[in-house]
Amino acid sequence: MTTLQPDQATAAGLRGARRPAVSDPETIDGTIVNDPARRPPLVLGDRDFHSVTNTICGWIEMKTPPWWIALFGVSSALAGLGTAMILYLIITGVGVWGLNNPMAWGWAIVNFVWWVGIGHAGTLISAILCLFKQKWRVSINRFAEAMTIFAVICAGTFPGIHVGRVWMAWMLFPIPNSNWIWPNFRSPLLWDVFAVSTYFTVSLLFWYMGMIPDLATLRDRCLARLKQKVTVGPMWAPHPLPGFVKKATTLSLPLNKIGAYFYGVLSMGWRNSQRHWWNYEKAYILLAGVATPLVLSVHTIVSFDFAVSIIPGWHTTIFPPYFVAGAVFSGFAMVLTLLIPTRELYPGMKDFVTARTIENMCKIVTLTGSMVGFAYIMEFFIAWYGANPYEGQAFVVRAFGHYWWAYWIMFLCNVISPQVFWFKWCRTNVWFIFAISIVVNIGMWFERFVITASLSYDFMPANWAYYSPTLVDIGTYVGSMGIFMTLFLLFVRFLPMLPISEVKNVMHQAHTHLHPHDHGHGPGDHAHDLTKPGEAAERTAEGQGY
Amino acid sequence: MNDQHHNQPEAAPPAREWYEEDVIPAYGVMAEFDDVASLFSAAEKCRDKGFSSWDVYAPVPIHGMNEAMGLKPSRVSFAMAGAALTGCFGALLMQWWMGAIDYEIVVGGKPLFAWEQATPITFELSVLLGAFGALGGMFLLNKLPMWHHPIMNKERFLRVSDDRLVIAVEAIDPLFDEVETAAFLESIGGKNVELVEG
Repeated sequence: MTTLQPDQATAAGLRGARRPAVSDPETIDGTIVNDPARRPPLVLGDRDFHSVTNTICGWIEMKTPPWWIALFGVSSALAGLGTAMILYLIITGVGVWGLNNPMAWGWAIVNFVWWVGIGHAGTLISAILCLFKQKWRVSINRFAEAMTIFAVICAGTFPGIHVGRVWMAWMLFPIPNSNWIWPNFRSPLLWDVFAVSTYFTVSLLFWYMGMIPDLATLRDRCLARLKQKVTVGPMWAPHPLPGFVKKATTLSLPLNKIGAYFYGVLSMGWRNSQRHWWNYEKAYILLAGVATPLVLSVHTIVSFDFAVSIIPGWHTTIFPPYFVAGAVFSGFAMVLTLLIPTRELYPGMKDFVTARTIENMCKIVTLTGSMVGFAYIMEFFIAWYGANPYEGQAFVVRAFGHYWWAYWIMFLCNVISPQVFWFKWCRTNVWFIFAISIVVNIGMWFERFVITASLSYDFMPANWAYYSPTLVDIGTYVGSMGIFMTLFLLFVRFLPMLPISEVKNVMHQAHTHLHPHDHGHGPGDHAHDLTKPGEAAERTAEGQGY
Repeated sequence: MNDQHHNQPEAAPPAREWYEEDVIPAYGVMAEFDDVASLFSAAEKCRDKGFSSWDVYAPVPIHGMNEAMGLKPSRVSFAMAGAALTGCFGALLMQWWMGAIDYEIVVGGKPLFAWEQATPITFELSVLLGAFGALGGMFLLNKLPMWHHPIMNKERFLRVSDDRLVIAVEAIDPLFDEVETAAFLESIGGKNVELVEG
C-alpha cells in the first residue's frame, strides 16, 4: 500500500529474496536443461510456502517504488491524451481521422485488431496450456490474463468510437427499442460484437476466479496485522526492531483495514476449505475447457469481418487460422515485453519466472511466427494460382504499391525476426528477447495495417486513394497504450501478480502424500515440511505471524 | 419446616435460549497438522470415524483429498451444462425470432434465418452463459459469498491461506463432543487443538 511500511516479516522475506543471480552460461539459472530425463524446478531458491506468500504479497504490501510512480505518471498522462482525443472525436465527428472514401477503415480498425490479437495470450496460457498440463504456465498466467483484459478494453474502445454516432452504440446489442428494430444477425460485424464481449467477460471471470484464493490470502494478512497490532518500520530497519521502536510504532494500520475490506469483499469469504477447493478445481478446469475454443473463435470471428466481405485480398479462407496464429504470436510478444522488465524490477520474481519459462515462450513465438510467415507466402501463391485478376492485383499492390514499405516492415518483423530463437543465445538473453518482442509487436501492427489498407485500391481505379493518419489518429493510438499501461500498473500494485495458490500447487510440498518415501528430490530438501526447520523457532517469536 | 426447606435441592436456573448471551454454542474444534502427509492420514481417520460436518483447510487443493475425505463428485458440471444449453437454445431462439419473425429484412437475397449464420452467436452465448454457470455453480455449491464465518475469528486460522493445514469438526455433527473430539484430533496428530467459538 502507498504510504505505510510493510511489517517486518514481509521486509525480511523480500530482503531474503535478493540473492545474487546465478550466472552459469550453460543453464543460466539452473533451469535451461536439455536432458529430457531431468525436470528443472519450477520454483527456485529453495522456497517454502511461507516465503512464496511473503514474496508475492510483499510486492503489494511494500512501499510504492519510485519507478512505479514515475511510470504511472507517464502512462496516465498518455491515457489522458487518449481520452481527450476520443472526446474531441465525439464532439467533432469521425472526420478528424484520416479516413477517406475507399479506405473507410483506418487506424481505428487496425488498432482494434491489433489489441484483440494481443489479448489472445492470456487465455491461451491459462486455458490451453492448463489443459495440456504445462506447469510452467503458473508463473505467468495471472500476468498474461490481466494483460488480456486490459488489451480487450483498449480493443473494444476503437470500434465503439468508430461507429460515428457514439451515443447510438447501444444499438449493436439486441436491446428492445422504440423503433421496433433488431440488429442484423447475418452480419459478421454483429458476430464480432458478441465474440469480443463474450471474450472479455469470460476472460474476466476466469481471471477473477483464479484470484479468489489469493485475494483471501491478502485479506488474511491484513486481518492478522490488525489483530496482532504488529510492529511497523521501514524495510531497511534491523529485524527485530529494538524495543523502544516497537512500542512507539505498535498500531493498527488504517490501510490494513481498507485492505481487509477490499480484499475481503472480493474474496467472497473464501476460506480454503477442501470441500470448496473440490468444486473450485472442477469449475476451473471446466472454464478452461470452454475458454479454449473461445480463444480460437474470437480472432476467427474478427477475421470474418474481413473474409466474409468481397474485397479482393480479404475474401480468403486462410484468414481464420492465419489471424489466430498471428494473435497468439503478438500476444506472447506483448507478454514478454511486459514480463521482462517486471521480472527485473520486482525482487524475487526471477525465482518464479525462470529462464526456462522465458525460453518456452520464445519457442511459442517462433512456432506461431512461422505459421504467420507460411500464411503470408500461401496467400501470394493462392492469389496467383486462383487466377482471379482482382485478387492478383490486390497482392501485387500490397507488396509493391503505395504501401510497399508497410508490407516489407511486416515481413521483416514477423517472418524473419522470430527465427532468431532457433539459437540458444537468443532465447536465453532476456534483453535481446525484449527487443525482439517489441519488433514483433511493431510487425503485427503493420500486418493489420497492410490488410486494412487493401481498401485503398478497390474495384474502380478512379476511386483509388492514399490514406494517411492525422494527429488525432496517432494520439488516440498512443493514448490507448497509455490506458493499457495505466491499468497494468494498477494491477501489479494492488493485485497478486502471480497466482499464489497455483505456484504452491506445483511445489513439491503440496504433493508429498503421493510418494511419501520416494519424492525424488535431492538430499537436504524438506519434502515433509511446509516450513524449513530453522523457521519453526522463528515462527513462535513475537510479531512473526506476518 | 425450616430444615426441610433447606434440605430441598436448589431449583435449577431456568434454561436459557441459545441466542441469549454467553450460551452461543461453539462452532467446533480445530487442530493444526504439520505436513500434507499427516493431514492426509488424519483426514482418512476422520472420514472413517464417521464425521459428517467437518472440513479440511489447506492453502492448496490437495490431490486425492476428495477420496481421503469421502467427497462425492462435484456437481459444478451440471450447473455449467444447464447454463450453456440455455445459452445455446436461447441464442438460436433469439436470432430466429428477431431476424425471421419480428423484424424481417432481406439482405443480399439470403434466407432470414439459417443455422450457418446463427452458429457464431450461438457458440458465443453458450460459452458466455456456461462460464457464468461454472463460476455461479461453484459459488452456489460452496455457499459463497459468506463474508463472515466463525472459524475466521481464530487467529491461527488466518495462516491457513499461507502455509498451515487445519482440520475442523463442527459442533452440529452428531458425533461431536467438545472434549472427546478435541482428544480425537490430538490422537490423530493434531497440534494446537482449539475450540472455535460460535
